[in-house]
Order: sequence, then structure tokens, then C-alpha cells
Amino acid sequence: MAGVELTDVCKRFDETMALDHVDLNVPEGLMLGLIGHNGAGKSTLFKLVLGLIAPTSGRVRVLGQDRRPGKTPYELQVRIGYLPEVVVLYGQLTGREVMDYFGRLKGASCDQRKQLLERVGLAHVANQKVKTYSRGMRQRLGLAQALLGDPRLLVMDEPTTGLDPIASEEFYGIIDTLRSEDVTIIWSSHVLSEIETRVDEVAVLLQGRLIATGTMGQIRKRIGLPVTIRLSGRFENIGEEVKTECARYGHVDVKDPDHIEIYVPEAKKIKAVAALARIPSLTDIQVEPPSLEALYDHIVTRHKRSDEDA
Amino acid sequence: MRSIAIVVYNQLMNGFRNRWILGLTILFALFAVGIAYAGGAASGHIGYTSLATTITSQASLAAFLIPLIALLLGYDAVVGEREQGTLLLLLSYPVSRGQMLTGKFLGHFLILVIAIAVGFGLAAVLSAWQAGGSESGRIFVTYGIFILSASLLGATFLGLAYIISVRAVERTRAAGVALLIWFFFVVVFDLVLLAVLVGTGGNSVERIIIPYVLLLNPVDVFRLVNLLRFGHGAGAMTLSGAVMHDTLGWLNLLGILFLWGTIPVSLAIWRFRRSDI
Repeated sequence: MAGVELTDVCKRFDETMALDHVDLNVPEGLMLGLIGHNGAGKSTLFKLVLGLIAPTSGRVRVLGQDRRPGKTPYELQVRIGYLPEVVVLYGQLTGREVMDYFGRLKGASCDQRKQLLERVGLAHVANQKVKTYSRGMRQRLGLAQALLGDPRLLVMDEPTTGLDPIASEEFYGIIDTLRSEDVTIIWSSHVLSEIETRVDEVAVLLQGRLIATGTMGQIRKRIGLPVTIRLSGRFENIGEEVKTECARYGHVDVKDPDHIEIYVPEAKKIKAVAALARIPSLTDIQVEPPSLEALYDHIVTRHKRSDEDA
Repeated sequence: MRSIAIVVYNQLMNGFRNRWILGLTILFALFAVGIAYAGGAASGHIGYTSLATTITSQASLAAFLIPLIALLLGYDAVVGEREQGTLLLLLSYPVSRGQMLTGKFLGHFLILVIAIAVGFGLAAVLSAWQAGGSESGRIFVTYGIFILSASLLGATFLGLAYIISVRAVERTRAAGVALLIWFFFVVVFDLVLLAVLVGTGGNSVERIIIPYVLLLNPVDVFRLVNLLRFGHGAGAMTLSGAVMHDTLGWLNLLGILFLWGTIPVSLAIWRFRRSDI
């Protein structure tokens, strides 16, 4: 069963095409990272998946059922958790009252409301008003409400905004547990480094179009960005010789006499490492695949260029 | 139904928390009791004077205050949730837009009703006590109708506030429009009507039309409901009052006020259901 399935979906608001023929398939239990600039169509996609708006054309299926806004069966809607970007959850109420309100709407038991507050580490402030909470605490309360009713699909919009490193780690821990329970997760973030190591697949949105999807490996391969090899050592005595050797494998960038970076095509990577490892006075060698950030920049510039050509 | 009840409950909780209910109740009680006690001060007499005088003054006050409070209470009902990000969240729950708006409206309405009933109820008790046993039945009926019509007036402007809130993009703009609406119905409408009457000297066509024009203003309908009950003496002295008294009667006017109380909120719900989020 597909967790989320969009087939040839378009969504038009007046003159603007918010989503332009989008096909997306997120199998159940998969964690998808959704990336794109503001206004790329991320929130429109979320609203479609949550059943808040109807597509102009195309078909949206969630947890194996067709999405028709306003006609969602209760049983489906309670299986979906949503964590909006920067949400202020009724500052006048206490954490417990917020959880009670949302919990009742989702038919979650008292026990679960309490458990969730403990799980996100807010049990000790449950009786304080939400307006006294720090940004990180609010975000954790947001996560707690999203987990009410044991969702099978979790949609998170920039969930780690405002979290400090420790809170982020705790957050990742909770997400890992959900993954082991086969919950389908869609996660948008512009901290690309956090997404790339944690999600199964990424989808890149640009101006309403889905311009890349797949695992990080697949995308790397398709785009063919070079691998960066970093050499450290005392190279000043050797000079040009090292440079010529390095240049046989790819573009060379001498950072300073002790550090050299070489951009090597994926296919030549192993050969290059083996050869470069023999350079005298080498102290360290590092191989780094292109980051999601580099891939994203590359895809976006390439698309913008092809748009201008067209 | 369950979802609506949960939203109503939350709205009431919020009302207690940010002291809307407490503040409004005290405000109404102070004014109502103050008028009931000192209403006759102008005629050199402190204490209970006559029911007609008291109710007339209280109706003028309520006609001024209740629309304003209802608008202030309701203008950010939707746009406020939209700005703090809870609107999308709430609608991602098993709550339809209609249920959400109905629940919020009923919650706000209850807040108003509680404040009005307690505030003016106190005035009723005070009046009945001062007037002595024989009149108390009449006093309680009069105040019962007063509280009912004041609640309907509140519902009217709450509904208008919801229409503003559904359509608004920003809270601040919604607040501005709400104040304009209040200004129009409470100040401008009657002023324009009066100007027309004075300007033309009130010819025979106007004599027929003007009373019905008054029905277009819920504030005037509210005033008439409460004044006409005292016959030609109190509020029915005016030209339109006299006509209304003979043609429509206060009970029909209450029916019209009921329409005013329910139509705006229905429009707000209809509009909310078909708007893009």
C-alpha cells in the first residue's frame, strides 16, 4: 500500500500554478525529505495530502484512500499527524490543556496524552501556560500533538526550526522510533545536512514542479557531481609534481601548501585514491561525496538555466 | 456533534483564561446596576424609579456596547488562528470547517450570553427588590426579554465579525473593518436616516418606508423590541416607533432579530467552506 500517492497533480490558485503535473509515490513506511525554496509548492503539497484543499486536476491518495476534501472518513483523518511550521499553540492554555483539546478531537486516550508529554520531555511543565514555553518546548509540544492517535502518516514542516542541538537529537530519536513502527513520514527542511543522512528518499520541488526524486545515491549518480578528495600533508617541498599527479584525476584546488582538494568523477574515485595515497609526506586523505546542498544547488541552477533557454 | 462540543469547550476555556468572561460580566453588571440604581438621578431622585425609564437607558447602553464587544470578541476567530498557525493544524484533525466555525461561534456566543445574563440579571434582581413584591413578575419578564434580545444582538455582530474574520488576510485589517461596521450600524445609520427625515420634513411616502428601513439595522430592531413593550409612552413616542407598534409588534420584531442573529454566521460558515485555505 502506498503511504502517499500523487498522480499527475496540478493545483492552480488564480493565475499561479502552485503544483505543476506532480507525480510522487511514497511507499508505506518510507521517510521522504521534501526540499525546495519558499514558494516552491511545499505547503500546497502538504495541504493536498492533509485533505485541506482539492487538486485542480489529478489524483491524491493517502494511506490507500482517495483524498476528497470535506469528505474524509474519520478513521483516515485520525491516522494522520501534522506538525506545522512555527505553530503557536494557544498560549493561554497549559501544555496539558492543549494536549487535551487536540487529544479529544482525535479520540486519543488520557493515558496517551500524558505519555506523549513525557515522551517529548514536557511532563514537568505540563501545567504551565504555553506562552511561557521556549521555542524548542513549543516545537516539542507540536510534535506531541502530531503523535496523538498513533498516526500512520506524519507530515512535518520544518520540524527542527528553533531546536537546540540536544533537542534536535531527542527529536531524531523519536523519529527513529516511528520509522521502526513503519510510519510513513514526509519531512520538509532547509537544513539539508540533517535530511540527507536521515531520510530514505528526497524529492526536490522547484516552482511547483518536482525536478528530482529518489534516494541520495540515485540522485548523485544521475547528476554526476564529482567527489571531493581532500589531501593533507607537507606539500611545499614537492610542489608542482604533486599538482601534476593530482590533475590526472580531476580539477585541482590548492587551498594552501598543506591542503589540496581534487574534484574527481565518481567513476575514477577508487583509482584516484589508490594513486594519491602513494604521495610522499601525505598525512591524511578524505573522500566526500557531493552533499545534498551541492546537488540541490546544481539541480536548481541547471533548471533555471534551461528555463531561460526555453 | 462531538467535535463541535469539543471546540465550544475549548473556546469557553479560552474565554475564562483571558478573562473575557469575567471582565464583560463585571462591565455589564456595573452599568446595568448603576443605571437601575441611579437612572432617575436626572429627575432628582436616586434609587429605583420606573421600569420603563430603566430599561430604556439600559437598552441604549446595550445597543452601544454589545455590538462593539461582539465584534471585538469575534473578529480574530479565524484570522487569528490563521496567523498563529493553528487553523491548518485544526483542520488537519477530524473536524470539518463547518464544525470548527460552528463550535467557535457557539463558544463565543455562550461567553456573551453568560456575561449579559449575569450582568443584567443582577440589575433585574436589584430592581425587583427595590420595587417590592407586586411588580417583580413584570420586571423579570421584561428583563428576560431584554437578555434574550441582547443575546440575539450579540449573535448578530458576532456573525458579522466572523464574516470579516473569514475573509480577512490580516488581524489588524479585520479589526479595522470590525470598527467600521460598528460605526456604521451604531452611529451612521440612524444619523443618515434622521438627516433625511429632517431634510425632507417627512413626507407621506417616507412615513411608510422609514419604519421598514429600520429593520435593516439590527441595533434599531433591538431598541424597538425593548421599547415597544411599554406602549406609546416610552420608546414608541417617535414617529417610526408608533408605526412599528401598530404594524409589527415587539414579538415580530424579536423574530426579525432572530433572523439577524442567525443569518450572518450562516453566511460566514458558507463562505469559509468554499474559501481556499
